Amino acid sequence: MNNEMVRIKAENVNFYYGQKQALKNISLDVYQNKVTALIGPSGCGKSTFIRLLNRMNDLVPRTRVEGNIFLDNVDINRGQIDVVDLRRRVGMVFQKPNPFPKSIFENLNYGLKVNGCKNRAEREKKIISALQKAALWQEVKDRLNESALGLSGGQQQRLCIARCLAVNPEVILFDEPCASLDPISTRYIEELILELKRDYTIVIVTHNMQQAARISDFTAFLYLGELIEFGLTEKIFTVPTQKMTEEYLSGKFG
Amino acid sequence: MKKNMTQFIGFSSVYLATVITLFLLGMIVYFIAAKGFSVLDWEFFTEVPKRGMTEGGVAPAIVGTFYLTIGAIVFALPLGLACAIYLCEYSPKGIVVNVIRMSIYNLAGVPSVVFGLFGLAVFVKYFGFGVSILSGSLTLGIMALPRIIASSEEALLAVPQSYREASLAVGATHWQTIKKMVLPSALPGILTGVILSIGAVAGETAPILFTAATFYTRGYPDSVFSEVMALPYHIYALMTEGTHPAEQTEIAYGCSLILLFLVFAISAVAIFFRYRQRIVHE
Repeated sequence: MNNEMVRIKAENVNFYYGQKQALKNISLDVYQNKVTALIGPSGCGKSTFIRLLNRMNDLVPRTRVEGNIFLDNVDINRGQIDVVDLRRRVGMVFQKPNPFPKSIFENLNYGLKVNGCKNRAEREKKIISALQKAALWQEVKDRLNESALGLSGGQQQRLCIARCLAVNPEVILFDEPCASLDPISTRYIEELILELKRDYTIVIVTHNMQQAARISDFTAFLYLGELIEFGLTEKIFTVPTQKMTEEYLSGKFG
Repeated sequence: MKKNMTQFIGFSSVYLATVITLFLLGMIVYFIAAKGFSVLDWEFFTEVPKRGMTEGGVAPAIVGTFYLTIGAIVFALPLGLACAIYLCEYSPKGIVVNVIRMSIYNLAGVPSVVFGLFGLAVFVKYFGFGVSILSGSLTLGIMALPRIIASSEEALLAVPQSYREASLAVGATHWQTIKKMVLPSALPGILTGVILSIGAVAGETAPILFTAATFYTRGYPDSVFSEVMALPYHIYALMTEGTHPAEQTEIAYGCSLILLFLVFAISAVAIFFRYRQRIVHE
Protein backbone atom coordinates (compact mmCIF):
# COMPACT_ATOMS: atom_id res chain seq x y z
CA MET A 1 0.00 0.00 0.00
CA ASN A 2 2.86 2.36 0.64
CA ASN A 3 4.35 2.29 -2.83
CA GLU A 4 1.21 3.93 -4.22
CA MET A 5 1.56 7.57 -5.12
CA VAL A 6 0.14 9.98 -2.56
CA ARG A 7 -1.72 12.93 -4.09
CA ILE A 8 -3.18 14.50 -0.96
CA LYS A 9 -1.59 14.29 2.45
CA ALA A 10 -3.36 15.60 5.55
CA GLU A 11 -1.20 16.05 8.63
CA ASN A 12 -2.58 16.75 12.10
CA VAL A 13 -5.55 18.70 10.82
CA ASN A 14 -7.73 20.46 13.38
CA PHE A 15 -10.76 22.42 12.34
CA TYR A 16 -12.99 24.76 14.30
CA TYR A 17 -16.42 26.27 13.75
CA GLY A 18 -16.09 29.23 16.10
CA GLN A 19 -15.17 27.67 19.45
CA LYS A 20 -16.38 24.22 18.52
CA GLN A 21 -13.73 21.79 17.33
CA ALA A 22 -15.09 19.71 14.46
CA LEU A 23 -11.94 17.82 13.44
CA LYS A 24 -9.30 16.55 15.83
CA ASN A 25 -5.82 15.81 14.66
CA ILE A 26 -6.70 14.09 11.39
CA SER A 27 -3.87 12.60 9.36
CA LEU A 28 -4.53 10.58 6.25
CA ASP A 29 -3.25 10.03 2.73
CA VAL A 30 -5.22 10.01 -0.50
CA TYR A 31 -3.70 7.86 -3.20
CA GLN A 32 -3.58 8.52 -6.91
CA ASN A 33 -6.23 6.75 -9.01
CA LYS A 34 -7.85 5.25 -5.95
CA VAL A 35 -11.22 5.81 -4.36
CA THR A 36 -10.94 6.91 -0.76
CA ALA A 37 -14.18 6.74 1.21
CA LEU A 38 -14.92 8.70 4.37
CA ILE A 39 -17.56 7.05 6.51
CA GLY A 40 -19.04 7.68 9.92
CA PRO A 41 -22.25 8.74 11.61
CA SER A 42 -23.83 12.19 11.04
CA GLY A 43 -21.82 15.01 12.53
CA CYS A 44 -18.58 13.03 12.61
CA GLY A 45 -16.81 15.61 10.46
CA LYS A 46 -16.52 13.70 7.20
CA SER A 47 -18.15 16.44 5.10
CA THR A 48 -16.17 19.08 6.94
CA PHE A 49 -12.98 17.22 6.10
CA ILE A 50 -13.72 16.76 2.41
CA ARG A 51 -14.60 20.46 2.12
CA LEU A 52 -11.15 21.32 3.42
CA LEU A 53 -9.54 19.62 0.45
CA ASN A 54 -10.76 22.30 -2.00
CA ARG A 55 -11.06 24.97 0.69
CA MET A 56 -14.84 25.20 0.36
CA ASN A 57 -14.95 25.89 4.09
CA ASP A 58 -13.41 29.29 3.37
CA LEU A 59 -16.98 30.35 2.62
CA VAL A 60 -18.15 29.53 6.13
CA PRO A 61 -17.62 32.49 8.46
CA ARG A 62 -15.70 32.13 11.73
CA THR A 63 -13.91 28.92 10.90
CA ARG A 64 -10.27 28.07 11.47
CA VAL A 65 -8.01 25.30 10.22
CA GLU A 66 -4.79 24.09 11.80
CA GLY A 67 -2.25 21.56 10.54
CA ASN A 68 -1.25 20.92 6.96
CA ILE A 69 -2.97 19.60 3.87
CA PHE A 70 -0.64 18.95 0.97
CA LEU A 71 -1.66 18.50 -2.64
CA ASP A 72 1.38 17.17 -4.50
CA ASN A 73 3.55 18.37 -1.63
CA VAL A 74 2.25 21.93 -1.74
CA ASP A 75 0.44 23.13 1.37
CA ILE A 76 -2.98 24.29 0.13
CA ASN A 77 -3.60 26.57 3.11
CA ARG A 78 -0.39 28.55 2.89
CA GLY A 79 1.00 31.47 0.91
CA GLN A 80 1.80 30.56 -2.67
CA ILE A 81 -1.32 28.58 -3.53
CA ASP A 82 -3.98 30.12 -5.78
CA VAL A 83 -7.25 28.93 -4.27
CA VAL A 84 -9.10 29.45 -7.57
CA ASP A 85 -6.67 27.16 -9.36
CA LEU A 86 -6.85 24.68 -6.46
CA ARG A 87 -10.60 24.41 -6.90
CA ARG A 88 -10.22 23.85 -10.62
CA ARG A 89 -7.73 21.03 -9.94
CA VAL A 90 -9.77 19.57 -7.09
CA GLY A 91 -13.34 19.37 -8.39
CA MET A 92 -16.38 18.79 -6.25
CA VAL A 93 -19.75 17.10 -6.60
CA PHE A 94 -22.21 18.08 -3.90
CA GLN A 95 -24.74 16.23 -1.80
CA LYS A 96 -27.75 17.74 -3.50
CA PRO A 97 -27.51 18.00 -7.28
CA ASN A 98 -26.95 21.72 -7.88
CA PRO A 99 -26.97 22.42 -11.59
CA PHE A 100 -27.00 26.08 -12.53
CA PRO A 101 -30.43 27.38 -13.59
CA LYS A 102 -29.20 27.44 -17.17
CA SER A 103 -29.24 25.12 -20.17
CA ILE A 104 -27.45 21.77 -20.06
CA PHE A 105 -24.85 23.14 -22.44
CA GLU A 106 -24.31 26.32 -20.42
CA ASN A 107 -23.80 24.33 -17.23
CA LEU A 108 -20.59 22.95 -18.70
CA ASN A 109 -19.73 25.96 -20.84
CA TYR A 110 -19.61 28.14 -17.72
CA GLY A 111 -16.63 26.42 -16.13
CA LEU A 112 -14.69 26.46 -19.38
CA LYS A 113 -15.37 30.17 -19.91
CA VAL A 114 -14.40 31.23 -16.40
CA ASN A 115 -11.18 29.28 -16.85
CA GLY A 116 -10.36 31.28 -19.96
CA CYS A 117 -11.10 28.79 -22.74
CA LYS A 118 -11.83 31.28 -25.52
CA ASN A 119 -12.29 29.00 -28.52
CA ARG A 120 -15.92 27.93 -28.91
CA ALA A 121 -15.18 24.85 -31.01
CA GLU A 122 -12.70 23.66 -28.40
CA ARG A 123 -15.24 24.25 -25.65
CA GLU A 124 -17.87 22.25 -27.54
CA LYS A 125 -15.43 19.38 -27.93
CA LYS A 126 -14.67 19.37 -24.20
CA ILE A 127 -18.35 19.62 -23.30
CA ILE A 128 -19.27 16.63 -25.43
CA SER A 129 -16.36 14.64 -24.06
CA ALA A 130 -17.28 15.48 -20.45
CA LEU A 131 -20.93 14.50 -21.02
CA GLN A 132 -19.76 11.21 -22.53
CA LYS A 133 -17.45 10.50 -19.60
CA ALA A 134 -20.31 11.22 -17.21
CA ALA A 135 -22.50 8.73 -19.13
CA LEU A 136 -25.06 11.42 -19.87
CA TRP A 137 -24.41 12.20 -23.52
CA GLN A 138 -26.87 9.69 -24.99
CA GLU A 139 -29.68 11.07 -22.84
CA VAL A 140 -29.10 14.77 -23.47
CA LYS A 141 -27.48 15.10 -26.87
CA ASP A 142 -30.73 16.26 -28.49
CA ARG A 143 -31.68 18.70 -25.74
CA LEU A 144 -28.47 20.53 -24.89
CA ASN A 145 -30.24 23.88 -24.95
CA GLU A 146 -33.00 22.86 -22.58
CA SER A 147 -32.89 23.85 -18.92
CA ALA A 148 -30.84 21.58 -16.69
CA LEU A 149 -33.55 21.87 -14.08
CA GLY A 150 -35.79 19.73 -16.30
CA LEU A 151 -33.53 16.68 -15.85
CA SER A 152 -34.26 13.97 -13.28
CA GLY A 153 -32.34 13.99 -9.99
CA GLY A 154 -29.93 11.27 -11.14
CA GLN A 155 -29.37 13.01 -14.47
CA GLN A 156 -28.78 16.30 -12.68
CA GLN A 157 -26.13 14.69 -10.51
CA ARG A 158 -24.41 13.20 -13.56
CA LEU A 159 -24.59 16.67 -15.14
CA CYS A 160 -22.82 18.04 -12.05
CA ILE A 161 -20.18 15.35 -12.47
CA ALA A 162 -19.83 16.32 -16.13
CA ARG A 163 -19.57 19.99 -15.16
CA CYS A 164 -16.75 19.06 -12.84
CA LEU A 165 -15.00 16.89 -15.47
CA ALA A 166 -15.22 19.60 -18.14
CA VAL A 167 -12.60 21.76 -16.46
CA ASN A 168 -10.19 18.84 -16.32
CA PRO A 169 -9.62 18.32 -12.59
CA GLU A 170 -7.06 15.94 -11.12
CA VAL A 171 -8.92 15.04 -7.95
CA ILE A 172 -12.71 14.78 -7.60
CA LEU A 173 -14.44 15.14 -4.26
CA PHE A 174 -17.87 13.57 -3.90
CA ASP A 175 -19.80 14.81 -0.87
CA GLU A 176 -22.54 12.18 -0.36
CA PRO A 177 -23.39 12.27 -4.09
CA CYS A 178 -26.18 9.72 -3.83
CA ALA A 179 -27.86 11.01 -0.68
CA SER A 180 -30.88 12.31 -2.57
CA LEU A 181 -31.01 9.69 -5.33
CA ASP A 182 -33.02 6.52 -5.88
CA PRO A 183 -31.24 3.11 -5.94
CA ILE A 184 -31.03 2.90 -9.72
CA SER A 185 -29.53 6.38 -10.08
CA THR A 186 -27.21 5.50 -7.22
CA ARG A 187 -25.99 2.44 -9.10
CA TYR A 188 -25.26 4.57 -12.18
CA ILE A 189 -23.22 6.99 -10.12
CA GLU A 190 -21.30 4.18 -8.43
CA GLU A 191 -20.44 2.56 -11.76
CA LEU A 192 -19.40 5.96 -13.00
CA ILE A 193 -17.08 6.54 -10.04
CA LEU A 194 -15.40 3.18 -10.69
CA GLU A 195 -14.90 4.26 -14.32
CA LEU A 196 -13.53 7.64 -13.33
CA LYS A 197 -10.89 6.35 -10.96
CA ARG A 198 -8.80 5.27 -13.94
CA ASP A 199 -8.24 8.91 -14.81
CA TYR A 200 -8.84 10.72 -11.53
CA THR A 201 -8.13 10.49 -7.84
CA ILE A 202 -11.39 10.26 -5.94
CA VAL A 203 -12.48 11.06 -2.41
CA ILE A 204 -16.07 10.27 -1.46
CA VAL A 205 -18.05 10.97 1.66
CA THR A 206 -20.82 8.48 2.12
CA HIS A 207 -23.42 7.69 4.68
CA ASN A 208 -23.85 4.28 3.19
CA MET A 209 -21.38 1.65 4.40
CA GLN A 210 -22.25 -0.78 1.61
CA GLN A 211 -21.47 1.92 -0.90
CA ALA A 212 -18.04 2.42 0.63
CA ALA A 213 -17.47 -1.32 0.52
CA ARG A 214 -18.57 -1.54 -3.12
CA ILE A 215 -16.57 1.27 -4.65
CA SER A 216 -13.66 2.32 -2.45
CA ASP A 217 -10.09 1.14 -2.21
CA PHE A 218 -9.39 2.90 1.06
CA THR A 219 -11.77 3.71 3.87
CA ALA A 220 -11.46 6.21 6.69
CA PHE A 221 -13.82 5.88 9.62
CA LEU A 222 -14.45 9.10 11.51
CA TYR A 223 -16.27 9.48 14.78
CA LEU A 224 -16.91 12.76 16.62
CA GLY A 225 -14.22 14.55 14.67
CA GLU A 226 -11.58 11.90 15.19
CA LEU A 227 -10.13 9.50 12.66
CA ILE A 228 -10.71 6.14 14.31
CA GLU A 229 -9.29 3.95 11.60
CA PHE A 230 -7.92 4.31 8.09
CA GLY A 231 -6.77 1.61 5.71
CA LEU A 232 -7.58 -0.65 2.80
CA THR A 233 -11.32 -1.04 2.46
CA GLU A 234 -11.21 -4.84 2.40
CA LYS A 235 -9.27 -4.85 5.67
CA ILE A 236 -11.48 -2.28 7.40
CA PHE A 237 -14.59 -4.20 6.45
CA THR A 238 -13.25 -7.68 7.28
CA VAL A 239 -10.68 -7.32 10.03
CA PRO A 240 -10.98 -3.84 11.56
CA THR A 241 -8.34 -3.15 14.21
CA GLN A 242 -10.52 -0.86 16.29
CA LYS A 243 -13.46 -2.12 18.30
CA MET A 244 -15.42 1.02 17.48
CA THR A 245 -15.05 0.49 13.73
CA GLU A 246 -16.32 -3.04 14.10
CA GLU A 247 -19.30 -1.89 16.12
CA TYR A 248 -20.18 0.84 13.63
CA LEU A 249 -19.88 -1.50 10.65
CA SER A 250 -22.03 -4.10 12.31
CA GLY A 251 -24.70 -1.51 13.02
CA LYS A 252 -24.34 -1.31 16.81
CA PHE A 253 -24.50 2.49 16.52
CA GLY A 254 -24.94 4.91 13.67
CA MET B 1 -71.14 27.53 20.54
CA LYS B 2 -69.24 30.37 22.15
CA LYS B 3 -66.08 29.31 20.30
CA ASN B 4 -67.85 29.47 16.95
CA MET B 5 -69.32 32.86 17.79
CA THR B 6 -65.84 34.21 18.59
CA GLN B 7 -64.56 32.83 15.34
CA PHE B 8 -67.43 34.40 13.41
CA ILE B 9 -66.73 37.81 14.95
CA GLY B 10 -63.02 37.41 14.23
CA PHE B 11 -63.51 36.51 10.59
CA SER B 12 -66.13 39.20 10.12
CA SER B 13 -63.88 41.94 11.44
CA VAL B 14 -60.88 41.04 9.26
CA TYR B 15 -63.20 40.76 6.28
CA LEU B 16 -64.71 44.13 7.08
CA ALA B 17 -61.25 45.71 7.44
CA THR B 18 -60.32 44.43 4.00
CA VAL B 19 -63.51 45.79 2.48
CA ILE B 20 -62.96 49.20 4.06
CA THR B 21 -59.39 49.34 2.77
CA LEU B 22 -60.46 48.41 -0.74
CA PHE B 23 -63.27 50.92 -0.56
CA LEU B 24 -60.87 53.71 0.42
CA LEU B 25 -58.51 52.83 -2.41
CA GLY B 26 -61.41 52.74 -4.83
CA MET B 27 -62.61 56.10 -3.54
CA ILE B 28 -59.23 57.71 -4.18
CA VAL B 29 -59.04 56.42 -7.71
CA TYR B 30 -62.66 57.27 -8.48
CA PHE B 31 -62.46 60.74 -6.96
CA ILE B 32 -59.26 61.71 -8.74
CA ALA B 33 -60.42 60.19 -12.01
CA ALA B 34 -63.85 61.85 -11.88
CA LYS B 35 -62.43 65.27 -11.15
CA GLY B 36 -59.35 65.05 -13.32
CA PHE B 37 -60.59 63.25 -16.38
CA SER B 38 -62.37 66.25 -17.88
CA VAL B 39 -59.18 68.27 -18.35
CA LEU B 40 -57.28 65.44 -20.02
CA ASP B 41 -56.85 65.98 -23.72
CA TRP B 42 -54.01 65.93 -26.19
CA GLU B 43 -53.13 69.54 -25.38
CA PHE B 44 -52.84 68.74 -21.66
CA PHE B 45 -50.02 66.29 -22.36
CA THR B 46 -48.18 68.28 -25.01
CA GLU B 47 -48.53 72.02 -24.26
CA VAL B 48 -46.93 74.37 -21.74
CA PRO B 49 -49.21 76.10 -19.20
CA LYS B 50 -50.91 79.24 -20.44
CA ARG B 51 -52.81 82.24 -19.08
CA GLY B 52 -51.47 82.10 -15.54
CA MET B 53 -51.83 78.33 -15.19
CA THR B 54 -55.50 78.25 -16.09
CA GLU B 55 -55.16 76.82 -19.60
CA GLY B 56 -52.77 74.87 -21.76
CA GLY B 57 -51.03 71.72 -20.63
CA VAL B 58 -48.54 70.39 -18.13
CA ALA B 59 -46.03 68.86 -20.52
CA PRO B 60 -42.99 70.51 -18.87
CA ALA B 61 -43.99 69.00 -15.53
CA ILE B 62 -44.28 65.53 -17.05
CA VAL B 63 -40.91 65.94 -18.72
CA GLY B 64 -39.40 67.31 -15.50
CA THR B 65 -40.65 64.40 -13.42
CA PHE B 66 -39.28 62.05 -16.06
CA TYR B 67 -35.81 63.65 -15.94
CA LEU B 68 -35.70 63.80 -12.15
CA THR B 69 -36.68 60.15 -11.82
CA ILE B 70 -34.20 58.94 -14.43
CA GLY B 71 -31.49 61.06 -12.82
CA ALA B 72 -32.23 59.66 -9.37
CA ILE B 73 -32.08 56.06 -10.59
CA VAL B 74 -28.93 56.60 -12.65
CA PHE B 75 -27.29 57.86 -9.49
CA ALA B 76 -28.80 55.47 -6.94
CA LEU B 77 -28.86 52.16 -8.82
CA PRO B 78 -25.12 51.62 -9.32
CA LEU B 79 -24.31 52.96 -5.88
CA GLY B 80 -27.02 50.96 -4.13
CA LEU B 81 -26.34 47.75 -6.03
CA ALA B 82 -22.61 47.98 -5.34
CA CYS B 83 -23.36 48.58 -1.69
CA ALA B 84 -25.69 45.57 -1.54
CA ILE B 85 -23.07 43.38 -3.24
CA TYR B 86 -20.50 44.46 -0.68
CA LEU B 87 -22.82 43.83 2.27
CA CYS B 88 -24.08 40.52 0.98
CA GLU B 89 -21.10 38.98 -0.81
CA TYR B 90 -17.88 40.57 0.37
CA SER B 91 -18.17 42.01 3.84
CA PRO B 92 -16.87 40.00 6.76
CA LYS B 93 -19.94 38.86 8.66
CA GLY B 94 -20.13 40.46 12.06
CA ILE B 95 -21.30 43.28 14.22
CA VAL B 96 -19.75 46.08 12.13
CA VAL B 97 -21.62 45.08 9.00
CA ASN B 98 -24.85 44.77 10.95
CA VAL B 99 -24.37 48.32 12.24
CA ILE B 100 -23.74 49.55 8.69
CA ARG B 101 -26.83 47.72 7.48
CA MET B 102 -29.01 49.12 10.26
CA SER B 103 -27.77 52.64 9.54
CA ILE B 104 -28.62 52.32 5.87
CA TYR B 105 -32.07 50.94 6.61
CA ASN B 106 -32.68 53.72 9.12
CA LEU B 107 -32.06 56.23 6.34
CA ALA B 108 -35.34 55.01 4.91
CA GLY B 109 -37.14 56.37 7.95
CA VAL B 110 -35.81 59.92 7.64
CA PRO B 111 -38.69 62.28 6.71
CA SER B 112 -38.49 63.35 3.09
CA VAL B 113 -38.50 67.06 3.91
CA VAL B 114 -35.27 66.52 5.84
CA PHE B 115 -33.73 65.07 2.70
CA GLY B 116 -34.97 68.19 0.94
CA LEU B 117 -33.18 70.46 3.39
CA PHE B 118 -30.04 68.36 3.15
CA GLY B 119 -30.16 68.63 -0.64
CA LEU B 120 -30.56 72.38 -0.39
CA ALA B 121 -27.59 72.73 1.94
CA VAL B 122 -25.25 70.33 0.17
CA PHE B 123 -26.09 70.13 -3.54
CA VAL B 124 -27.73 73.49 -4.14
CA LYS B 125 -25.50 75.65 -1.94
CA TYR B 126 -22.28 73.84 -1.03
CA PHE B 127 -21.59 72.20 -4.39
CA GLY B 128 -23.22 75.15 -6.14
CA PHE B 129 -25.44 73.08 -8.44
CA GLY B 130 -28.25 75.56 -7.79
CA VAL B 131 -31.92 74.69 -7.90
CA SER B 132 -31.60 72.19 -10.74
CA ILE B 133 -32.35 68.76 -12.15
CA LEU B 134 -28.94 67.66 -10.85
CA SER B 135 -29.58 68.72 -7.26
CA GLY B 136 -33.09 67.26 -7.30
CA SER B 137 -31.98 63.97 -8.82
CA LEU B 138 -29.19 63.54 -6.29
CA THR B 139 -31.55 64.29 -3.41
CA LEU B 140 -34.18 61.88 -4.72
CA GLY B 141 -31.45 59.34 -5.38
CA ILE B 142 -30.30 59.42 -1.77
CA MET B 143 -33.89 58.89 -0.73
CA ALA B 144 -34.17 55.88 -3.02
CA LEU B 145 -30.87 54.36 -1.86
CA PRO B 146 -32.03 52.48 1.25
CA ARG B 147 -34.89 50.87 -0.63
CA ILE B 148 -32.65 49.88 -3.54
CA ILE B 149 -30.02 48.47 -1.19
CA ALA B 150 -32.57 46.56 0.87
CA SER B 151 -34.32 45.00 -2.12
CA SER B 152 -31.04 44.21 -3.89
CA GLU B 153 -29.67 42.58 -0.78
CA GLU B 154 -32.83 40.57 -0.38
CA ALA B 155 -32.58 39.43 -3.99
CA LEU B 156 -28.91 38.50 -3.56
CA LEU B 157 -29.60 36.56 -0.37
CA ALA B 158 -32.35 34.64 -2.17
CA VAL B 159 -29.79 33.19 -4.60
CA PRO B 160 -29.12 29.67 -3.29
CA GLN B 161 -25.69 29.24 -1.69
CA SER B 162 -25.34 26.06 -3.76
CA TYR B 163 -25.01 28.19 -6.94
CA ARG B 164 -22.08 30.05 -5.42
CA GLU B 165 -20.43 26.85 -4.23
CA ALA B 166 -20.90 25.15 -7.59
CA SER B 167 -19.43 28.13 -9.40
CA LEU B 168 -16.41 28.39 -7.12
CA ALA B 169 -15.91 24.62 -7.31
CA VAL B 170 -15.26 24.76 -11.07
CA GLY B 171 -12.57 27.37 -10.53
CA ALA B 172 -14.47 30.62 -10.96
CA THR B 173 -13.18 33.57 -8.98
CA HIS B 174 -15.36 35.23 -6.40
CA TRP B 175 -15.94 38.14 -8.78
CA GLN B 176 -16.79 35.88 -11.73
CA THR B 177 -19.23 34.05 -9.49
CA ILE B 178 -20.95 37.28 -8.53
CA LYS B 179 -20.99 38.70 -12.04
CA LYS B 180 -21.95 35.63 -14.03
CA MET B 181 -23.93 33.55 -11.56
CA VAL B 182 -25.28 35.51 -8.61
CA LEU B 183 -26.26 38.79 -10.31
CA PRO B 184 -28.11 37.19 -13.24
CA SER B 185 -30.07 35.02 -10.81
CA ALA B 186 -30.87 38.00 -8.59
CA LEU B 187 -31.70 40.37 -11.44
CA PRO B 188 -35.49 40.03 -11.48
CA GLY B 189 -35.61 40.71 -7.73
CA ILE B 190 -33.28 43.67 -8.03
CA LEU B 191 -35.32 45.12 -10.89
CA THR B 192 -38.52 44.75 -8.92
CA GLY B 193 -37.02 46.81 -6.11
CA VAL B 194 -35.66 49.41 -8.49
CA ILE B 195 -38.97 49.81 -10.27
CA LEU B 196 -40.85 50.20 -7.01
CA SER B 197 -38.41 52.88 -5.91
CA ILE B 198 -38.91 54.63 -9.24
CA GLY B 199 -42.59 54.74 -8.40
CA ALA B 200 -41.88 56.21 -4.98
CA VAL B 201 -39.35 58.74 -6.27
CA ALA B 202 -41.64 59.96 -9.06
CA GLY B 203 -44.27 60.98 -6.56
CA GLU B 204 -42.06 62.66 -3.97
CA THR B 205 -42.63 66.36 -3.39
CA ALA B 206 -40.62 67.47 -0.37
CA PRO B 207 -37.14 66.49 -1.58
CA ILE B 208 -37.50 68.54 -4.77
CA LEU B 209 -39.25 71.45 -3.08
CA PHE B 210 -36.02 73.36 -2.42
CA THR B 211 -33.67 71.55 -4.78
CA ALA B 212 -35.19 71.28 -8.24
CA ALA B 213 -38.77 72.29 -8.71
CA THR B 214 -40.28 75.55 -9.78
CA PHE B 215 -43.86 76.61 -10.41
CA TYR B 216 -43.44 77.72 -13.96
CA THR B 217 -40.86 77.47 -16.72
CA ARG B 218 -41.37 79.02 -20.09
CA GLY B 219 -40.15 75.95 -21.95
CA TYR B 220 -38.28 72.73 -21.36
CA PRO B 221 -35.04 72.27 -19.40
CA ASP B 222 -31.91 72.50 -21.55
CA SER B 223 -29.28 71.14 -19.15
CA VAL B 224 -28.93 69.33 -15.84
CA PHE B 225 -28.49 72.73 -14.23
CA SER B 226 -31.95 73.95 -15.27
CA GLU B 227 -34.70 74.16 -12.72
CA VAL B 228 -37.75 72.19 -13.74
CA MET B 229 -41.42 71.79 -13.27
CA ALA B 230 -42.44 68.46 -11.76
CA LEU B 231 -45.86 66.85 -11.40
CA PRO B 232 -46.03 66.46 -7.61
CA TYR B 233 -44.77 69.97 -6.96
CA HIS B 234 -47.01 71.36 -9.67
CA ILE B 235 -50.04 69.95 -7.88
CA TYR B 236 -48.88 71.55 -4.65
CA ALA B 237 -48.24 74.89 -6.33
CA LEU B 238 -51.56 74.90 -8.18
CA MET B 239 -53.41 74.41 -4.92
CA THR B 240 -51.51 77.00 -2.88
CA GLU B 241 -50.50 79.76 -5.27
CA GLY B 242 -51.96 81.67 -8.20
CA THR B 243 -55.07 83.73 -8.66
CA HIS B 244 -57.62 81.39 -10.27
CA PRO B 245 -58.32 78.68 -7.70
CA ALA B 246 -61.24 77.09 -9.53
CA GLU B 247 -59.47 76.49 -12.85
CA GLN B 248 -56.21 75.60 -11.13
CA THR B 249 -57.89 72.95 -8.97
CA GLU B 250 -59.16 71.16 -12.09
CA ILE B 251 -55.68 71.10 -13.56
CA ALA B 252 -54.30 69.83 -10.25
CA TYR B 253 -56.69 66.88 -10.42
CA GLY B 254 -55.57 66.24 -13.97
CA CYS B 255 -51.97 66.18 -12.82
CA SER B 256 -52.87 63.86 -9.96
CA LEU B 257 -54.52 61.47 -12.36
CA ILE B 258 -51.43 61.38 -14.55
CA LEU B 259 -49.19 60.83 -11.52
CA LEU B 260 -51.45 58.09 -10.20
CA PHE B 261 -51.49 56.38 -13.56
CA LEU B 262 -47.69 56.66 -13.78
CA VAL B 263 -47.14 55.03 -10.40
CA PHE B 264 -49.67 52.27 -11.10
CA ALA B 265 -48.07 51.56 -14.45
CA ILE B 266 -44.64 51.34 -12.83
CA SER B 267 -45.92 49.00 -10.14
CA ALA B 268 -47.55 46.85 -12.79
CA VAL B 269 -44.17 46.40 -14.45
CA ALA B 270 -42.69 45.40 -11.07
CA ILE B 271 -45.45 42.88 -10.50
CA PHE B 272 -44.85 41.46 -13.95
CA PHE B 273 -41.14 40.96 -13.16
CA ARG B 274 -41.93 39.32 -9.85
CA TYR B 275 -44.40 37.02 -11.54
CA ARG B 276 -41.87 35.98 -14.16
CA GLN B 277 -39.27 35.37 -11.48
CA ARG B 278 -41.66 33.07 -9.68
CA ILE B 279 -42.22 31.08 -12.85
CA VAL B 280 -38.48 30.68 -13.42
CA HIS B 281 -38.02 29.38 -9.89
CA GLU B 282 -40.77 26.78 -10.08
